[in-house]
Amino acid sequence: MSFYDNKYDFLKYKNFFMILSLVLFSLSVLFFYTKGLNLGVDFKGGTVIEMKFAEANKSEDIRKSLLKINLGDVKVKEFGSNKEFLATIEKKGENNDFVASIKNHLEKDLNKKIDFRRVEVVGSKISKELTMDGIYSVILALVLMLIYIWFRFEWQFSVGSIIALVHDVIITIGAFSLIGYEFNLSIVAAILTIVGYSMNDTVIIYDRIREFLKKDDKQEIGALINDSINSTLSRTLKTSGTTLLALVSIYFFGGEILKGFSFAMIWGVLIGTYSSIFIASPILIFFNVKRNWDEVVDNTP
Amino acid sequence: MLYFSRFKVLSIFVTLLLGIYFFIPNIAQLNNNFLFPNKKVNLGLDLQGGSYILLEIDSKPLVDQKLQTKSLELRRELRQKNINYLNFRTEKNSLLFDFKEDQKNLLEQVLNDKLINSSVGATAREFSITYQANIVRITFTEDLINMVKKNALEQSIEIVRNRIDELGTKEPNIITRGQDRILVELPGLKDPGEIKKLLGKTAKLTFRFLSNTNDEKSMGIEALNSSKKDAKYSVEKRIVISGENLIDAQPGFDELSNSSVVNFKLDNLGSRKFGAASKDNIGRNLAIVLDNEVISAPVIRSAIVTGNGQISGNFTAQEANELAILLRSGALPAPLSIIEERTVGPDLGKESIQNGIFSLIIGLFLVVVYMLYNYRILGLFSNISLFANLILITSTLSILGSTLTLPGIAGIILTVGMAVDSNVLIYERIKEELKIEKSNLIAFDTAYKKVLTTILDSNITTLIAAFVLYYMGSGPVKGFAITLAIGIISTFFTTYVFGRYLVSIYVKKNKENLIRI
Repeated sequence: MSFYDNKYDFLKYKNFFMILSLVLFSLSVLFFYTKGLNLGVDFKGGTVIEMKFAEANKSEDIRKSLLKINLGDVKVKEFGSNKEFLATIEKKGENNDFVASIKNHLEKDLNKKIDFRRVEVVGSKISKELTMDGIYSVILALVLMLIYIWFRFEWQFSVGSIIALVHDVIITIGAFSLIGYEFNLSIVAAILTIVGYSMNDTVIIYDRIREFLKKDDKQEIGALINDSINSTLSRTLKTSGTTLLALVSIYFFGGEILKGFSFAMIWGVLIGTYSSIFIASPILIFFNVKRNWDEVVDNTP
Repeated sequence: MLYFSRFKVLSIFVTLLLGIYFFIPNIAQLNNNFLFPNKKVNLGLDLQGGSYILLEIDSKPLVDQKLQTKSLELRRELRQKNINYLNFRTEKNSLLFDFKEDQKNLLEQVLNDKLINSSVGATAREFSITYQANIVRITFTEDLINMVKKNALEQSIEIVRNRIDELGTKEPNIITRGQDRILVELPGLKDPGEIKKLLGKTAKLTFRFLSNTNDEKSMGIEALNSSKKDAKYSVEKRIVISGENLIDAQPGFDELSNSSVVNFKLDNLGSRKFGAASKDNIGRNLAIVLDNEVISAPVIRSAIVTGNGQISGNFTAQEANELAILLRSGALPAPLSIIEERTVGPDLGKESIQNGIFSLIIGLFLVVVYMLYNYRILGLFSNISLFANLILITSTLSILGSTLTLPGIAGIILTVGMAVDSNVLIYERIKEELKIEKSNLIAFDTAYKKVLTTILDSNITTLIAAFVLYYMGSGPVKGFAITLAIGIISTFFTTYVFGRYLVSIYVKKNKENLIRI
């Protein structure tokens, strides 16, 4: 396992990575404001219908048929096979027969038997609430972590880790905006899990930095951080590896519903691992990290 | 760190055995075997199929109605006390009128009278009073509005329950959410169409006479649509009897008209009222009005004193049945609207479970091979603790009776990937320690010691994320948070406690040999 015994100079190119991240970050913000997110019904309101036909069909035909009745904007895409489709409909229906009437129309118009396998109808009031809940929960998670790290380490670590987390969250949102994958509740869940995961990664390196700081208060901070990254590197890569193995398995075999979620997680694990090494740790150089850890450490902020 | 007292070893095995004991019902068909518990993991609606429906009560009409009543009451009182008022008007949740300055004291007395401005709860009153020059504004307090909402919610949930029970759905879960919402969960239901239809009607039934005049503008008369035909009726506003007087309603069949009907039975008061009214109005049409639509308006041929009656309106059998259910279960105090609905068919649920289990097996296989390749014998220990972990997660879910959702399955698979993290941390640390320390025992011991804070710190951050998810998320996402949290805790036990025990046996046997990882 000689690969892991090598020592890499991670800080040599720290400016390059900082700028790279800054560029990715800015692009994400730019995409978010210009292109926006492909919001699912959870956040936009409307109706989603997953339907299954007995034989193959074309999504365009279904869309055309749905446009004949007044449903507002309609999107139809294949969902797993050419017999299964997902229709996203702008309207949510005024009366309680709405879904039944869509089904009647489609079956008559296409002259085929259709199974509505999943139906989600979200009113505009609920979608607004879910949006606010989503935003609050990400902020709440970040604040709680900030406090925890502050409590366990020092404020410099806490700020460094939060910068890395915000970086991860924004760039993940940027990726969703760029690719145009649907952004729904499960993606928010994925983002929160990424926050937890990336933090986990960062904490392990920070832990090592703290350990080295306690052991040696002479070593130059950059070298010390680099040593810490190196000595935890094989763990960082192996854990990311096993987590990715599990996630790739969900992505390919877990069914269509979990596709978006597992994609977000895979992306998040990659970006989280990157940010722990190249953002969260080097950034400590810029803060004046406490060097004298000899006395009993007072952890209270 | 490598020494385990007998008591500790015993508790490790007791925990694992309990885990297996509660795990078994999930994989075997036991059919109430007396040896094993009945509890299985609860499947969420997205896995077993079913409907999640969130209803909201529109309480505005109730508040408006309350405002109307209050305004009548107040004006009567003001007249009695000879207090002059002008420009009596209503605005959102408040009444306004002009008064004469010299009557202000008198007015204050009336408005603060407990009979007019009654108490709500312990300290609050029905309305607050503000004076502005010679205008007084009476505003319903938040407490009163909340009480109106609360009462409406309590009444509504009973009626919703009645209506759903009538359809015989298995184990519906009906609970209140917040101040004005009702959550209905219907597991195993394939098509919620019929239930949605039933919940969409307030079902206010009234019996009123058709007006003799056709003048729509005259007081006490309103024009109502027919429920079936494209026709209008002018109906008196005066109510003869209403749905509250009904004690039973059953669908039936009328041989004469060859169509389905609803037979109803009135209570004593209703029978007397109905008897008197029908006796005095023979020959007139009596309109049967449901939610402001006229179902039918038959002619009264004789006095009806038995309290039994029949509603006919060219119903199909199903319509008659629905109407009977609505009448039996009573009227909702205010309209309910569906603001969120999520329905999953049972086939899709089954498919999701299959996909979930398949990807779990693949993920597990990949991780197991990876760990064996990287850490050989230690990898084997890690894999044993990983299986123990899965058993513990499943049995904990069964014991707690928490719900497993599709994202929950994803959470378990994710745990498989992340659970080995603690092992990787420990084993990597052991490697480092072995480089500086010659004694296996000491190297392993220090590694476990040093790595503990790291494991705790890193897992607590993930726990924080799971905690936030649980409190902010809904339905399926909550399921994900639960499995994630249980996964983290059981991972700590299986890797740091059970896994360490396995390693300690191995190290003690190989004190002298060189251990290569």
